[in-house]
Amino acid sequence: MNKIEEIKKLIDEKMKGVNSLQELNELKVEFLGKKGLITEVNSMIRDIPNEEKKEFGMKVNEVRSLFNTKYEEIKEKLEEEKINKQLEADAIDVTLPSTKVSVGAPHSLEKLIEELEELLMSMGYDVVEGPEVEKDLYNFELLNLPKGHPARDAQDTFYIKDEEMLLRSQTSPVQVRTMLANEEKSPIRIICPGKTYRRDDDDATHSHQFTQMEGLLIDKDISLSDLKGTFDIIAKHLFGEKRETRFRPSFYPFTEPSVELDISCFNCEGKGCNICKGTGWITVGGAGMVHPKVLSNCGYDPKIHSGFAFGFGIERLAMLKYGITDIRTFYTPQDIRILEQFNRRDVL
Amino acid sequence: MISMNWVKDYVDTKNIDLKVLADKITKTGINIEKVESKNIDNLVIGHVLEVSAHPDSDHLNVCKVDVGSEITQIVCGASNVRKDLKVIVALPGAILPGNFEIKKSKIRGVESNGMICALFELGLEEKTEETYNKGIHELDSNAPVGENPIKYLGLDDTIYTLDLNPNRFDCNNHIPFAYEVAAVLNTKVTLPSIDTKPVKDNIKDHFEIKVDTENCTMYNAKMVTNVKVGPSPEFIKQRLESAGMRSINNVVDISNYVMLEYGQPLHFFDKDRLGDKILVRMAHDDEKVITLDNKERELNSDDIVITDGDKIVCIAGVMGGLNTEVEEDTKNILIESAIFNPYNVRYTSIKLDLRSEASLRYEKGLNYEYCNLAIERACHLLEKYAGGTVLEGTLTHDTTIKKEKIVEVTLDEINLMLGMKLNSNDVTSSLDSLGFLYKIDKDKFIVTIPNRRVDVEENKADIIEEVGRIYGYDNIKATLPVVRTKKGEYAPKTKFRKDISKRLRALGFNEIRTYTLISEEENNMFRYNFNDEIKLLRPMNIDKSIVRQSLLSSMLKMIEYNISRKNNDVMLYEIANTYDNSYEEDTKISFGLTGNYISNSWNKSNIQVDYYLVKGLVENILDYLGLTNRYTFKLSDNLPKEIHPKVNSEIIIDNEAVGYFGKIHPSTSKNNIYVCEISLNKLYSKKVRAIKFKELNKYPTINKDLSFIVDENITSEDITKVIKKAGGRLLTNINVFDLYKGDNIAKDKKSLAFNLTFEDYNKTLTEEEVNVVFNKIISEVETKLKAELRDK
Repeated sequence: MNKIEEIKKLIDEKMKGVNSLQELNELKVEFLGKKGLITEVNSMIRDIPNEEKKEFGMKVNEVRSLFNTKYEEIKEKLEEEKINKQLEADAIDVTLPSTKVSVGAPHSLEKLIEELEELLMSMGYDVVEGPEVEKDLYNFELLNLPKGHPARDAQDTFYIKDEEMLLRSQTSPVQVRTMLANEEKSPIRIICPGKTYRRDDDDATHSHQFTQMEGLLIDKDISLSDLKGTFDIIAKHLFGEKRETRFRPSFYPFTEPSVELDISCFNCEGKGCNICKGTGWITVGGAGMVHPKVLSNCGYDPKIHSGFAFGFGIERLAMLKYGITDIRTFYTPQDIRILEQFNRRDVL
Repeated sequence: MISMNWVKDYVDTKNIDLKVLADKITKTGINIEKVESKNIDNLVIGHVLEVSAHPDSDHLNVCKVDVGSEITQIVCGASNVRKDLKVIVALPGAILPGNFEIKKSKIRGVESNGMICALFELGLEEKTEETYNKGIHELDSNAPVGENPIKYLGLDDTIYTLDLNPNRFDCNNHIPFAYEVAAVLNTKVTLPSIDTKPVKDNIKDHFEIKVDTENCTMYNAKMVTNVKVGPSPEFIKQRLESAGMRSINNVVDISNYVMLEYGQPLHFFDKDRLGDKILVRMAHDDEKVITLDNKERELNSDDIVITDGDKIVCIAGVMGGLNTEVEEDTKNILIESAIFNPYNVRYTSIKLDLRSEASLRYEKGLNYEYCNLAIERACHLLEKYAGGTVLEGTLTHDTTIKKEKIVEVTLDEINLMLGMKLNSNDVTSSLDSLGFLYKIDKDKFIVTIPNRRVDVEENKADIIEEVGRIYGYDNIKATLPVVRTKKGEYAPKTKFRKDISKRLRALGFNEIRTYTLISEEENNMFRYNFNDEIKLLRPMNIDKSIVRQSLLSSMLKMIEYNISRKNNDVMLYEIANTYDNSYEEDTKISFGLTGNYISNSWNKSNIQVDYYLVKGLVENILDYLGLTNRYTFKLSDNLPKEIHPKVNSEIIIDNEAVGYFGKIHPSTSKNNIYVCEISLNKLYSKKVRAIKFKELNKYPTINKDLSFIVDENITSEDITKVIKKAGGRLLTNINVFDLYKGDNIAKDKKSLAFNLTFEDYNKTLTEEEVNVVFNKIISEVETKLKAELRDK
């Protein structure tokens, strides 16, 4: 019995001196190994009188469990110390610069186009594209702009061969093509984004190449108020819920009535500033009810069908939305530091 | 430009603020871009009481001037300043044109409290040597001291600068514009006087006209004799100037004045130099005429000309001939008021580069009413302001269509198209203020379009637009068309392009947009099995004269630009349409890159752009499109000369070349740049299967390594081909894991190491089974490629 008490004391003493897992395991051998102290004491049970065996056994178990408890305690402590040491050794200067992983950005015009496409597709508009090298027939003739029509002046055009082919001056020919291709003459909802070209000298506000997005809706009993509602949604989506919209009478050969699409100035909320030239309103596009002649040119009966068309200059929208003042920013040598500014999701 | 003083001759503006009026008119679709008042604050009429020489100058005078509120001292340099003169004084605070503010100052030590002005200094006259030499403006002696001199001179005009839609260019003229003012204010237009006191001598006895072409639908001629050419009256001068035209003399000015009233250009011939006959016809090919500007013009049969029966005296609608010009000594005038085919005038004026105020008006189309009125009005003015005598009668050729344009439209039709809820009164009130005549038949409005409105066509939509714009589009409520239940979709090819675009961005490329039009020099770069190019008929400049066939010349330029701006790591892509002279469209995918793909500025974990990286990017895109196992890359010496002949690959899919990639040739760029261009159309034409899930192999795989020493000219692909064939069904993957040249290997040899994966989807492979195949692979490679097994 005294032996057991001695072992207990010894466990306490030896455990205090342990500094490593190795030393701890050596202790385990010393106490619990084949020739270990506790093993040894345990074997003494044979020489113990029967009536005392039970108590002796309990004492031995007690000391064994004492050792195991201490052992686990210290092991855990030492392991933690070891990990902590490793963590210390792992320390780095987290303020050093990162490794650059590149994910590219859409072009600002594409970003805006995709935003509009997403919105309008949710409203049932299909996205349709057409050729940039186009026939005069589709770009002008069928759009109520016969040869020699003065309104062709506003769109000084790049002609190709015999003046029958040209670089399209607007995306409207895609509307013509879509209407002509629709054999059942069923309702149409499309938007047509794309590149367009006019003979303008490039400067801060003019570009011989630019981007339009036109929309066309053909159905029955369509009115200007439907156009207004549609424009409202687009304007608020691009420039914020607070935007108000207005129509101003205008002229396009392929629509009648024709309107300019204005939004209340997002910069000054209509008080008048540089951006809206003091008027409180900004023109962002043109629109109107599809001209009866265009409908019939494309095989739709104006007595049955009506529709509206609208068009935006994407560069203009992007300039307004992102605060770009020179249209050449979109085209001429593009520094990647410009491109990268559009490498993030946008919010209103 | 529109002078509102002038407009007030025809319509009562009821003292409405002219800025407010401008806003109202703009809302109806006649855009007024700028409202400019000729008034200047702090200008007063002054009375010069005393003039003495400046003590320190030989040309300045010191004046005591009564300006009404006080007597003040002003230093003046004009030679015509003198005692008792009434003058225009700009007091301190006045801001003169050019943002020149008048302040109290000292001029060579003498106090000066303002400036005595000339008209050109106030922007009321053009600055010329003549006006400069006139010195300060001398008011008449009755001018009230202290009052506003601009008002006193009748120069307190307000000028509207218009930005008109192309269908309403008629509003650049004062009478048509007055109708718009009247429509907005719901009032009536009073036309100017056309009364004359003709002498009992008929033009028919002196002159004859003949029109020999259907391109002249109306030709009116009148004669005015004994005119006295001299300066115009002040109001004509001022009004012409506010409209942006210069005063020449009373006769020429009257022709312009009437044009600016009605929009009908007139031409005045010197009758005595013209003769007694006019013949309007088409020019003969190569016929020549010397125009007013003293230049010889060559004409052809598309040009309408006015002749004296023989020789040309005027190019119709464009410019008069030098031979019949009105000059200082002109006595008798023949007035022409005509309507020509707008297309011919347009064609001729563009061809001769002679677009004028007059030709622009002919081009837009004219109406016969004003054509008739304008000639009478000119006679009236010549009689009144040039002392002319009007002869009786008008010579007329008239084939214009007089049929009235009548449109029937119902209230329902109006409301349906506008989406408004107008009542009958709203419609009639709009039509009344527009001055459109109409009848009402039950629910129908039968509207007659006035002859003056050539822009309004004979259809319902045109009438509805007129009603709508006057009633006001602000009254339109927003509704939405009945919702289509189907969500919109991208056209399939568009979707394909967008998907590739997104993948390229995911791979690190930034999108760029460059110009479709390029120079011939640029178009000669990166030519790859191209047809001939499309050239513009009339390019603006040689830099943008060709529709591009490859996007890479712009791509290369853009990358070089960024390198020059010290942006060293650049990855760009562009997808755009290209064309050739068959007008076939091909959408091309192009990308270019240089520098590091992954970069770190301070440790060595950079991944530099090289051929193998680019190859991986191309593979990534092709795999993304579902083309795995269908493409091969082939070193080619037939690529554009800008591509490195040894560091490139042509991309072959199903035996068709679809594009290429490679390093830029060192003689094209010193920089380490790689580019790729692929035909999207060709990619799009490849049929691809839908994704089908494939179970992973349940049985273990066995991996074996081996390396061969081969001749240097044997490619990795040569070896893998042999391995693959020998490996058969059980060999599922071959991976190159080492390339070694140098010590222990002969100079013209290299060692290539491969890791092979064997597996069977039906059972666990045994080592023995694999070894049979493995040994076959070794012997095949050894015999077929004269390879030596280095290690296994």
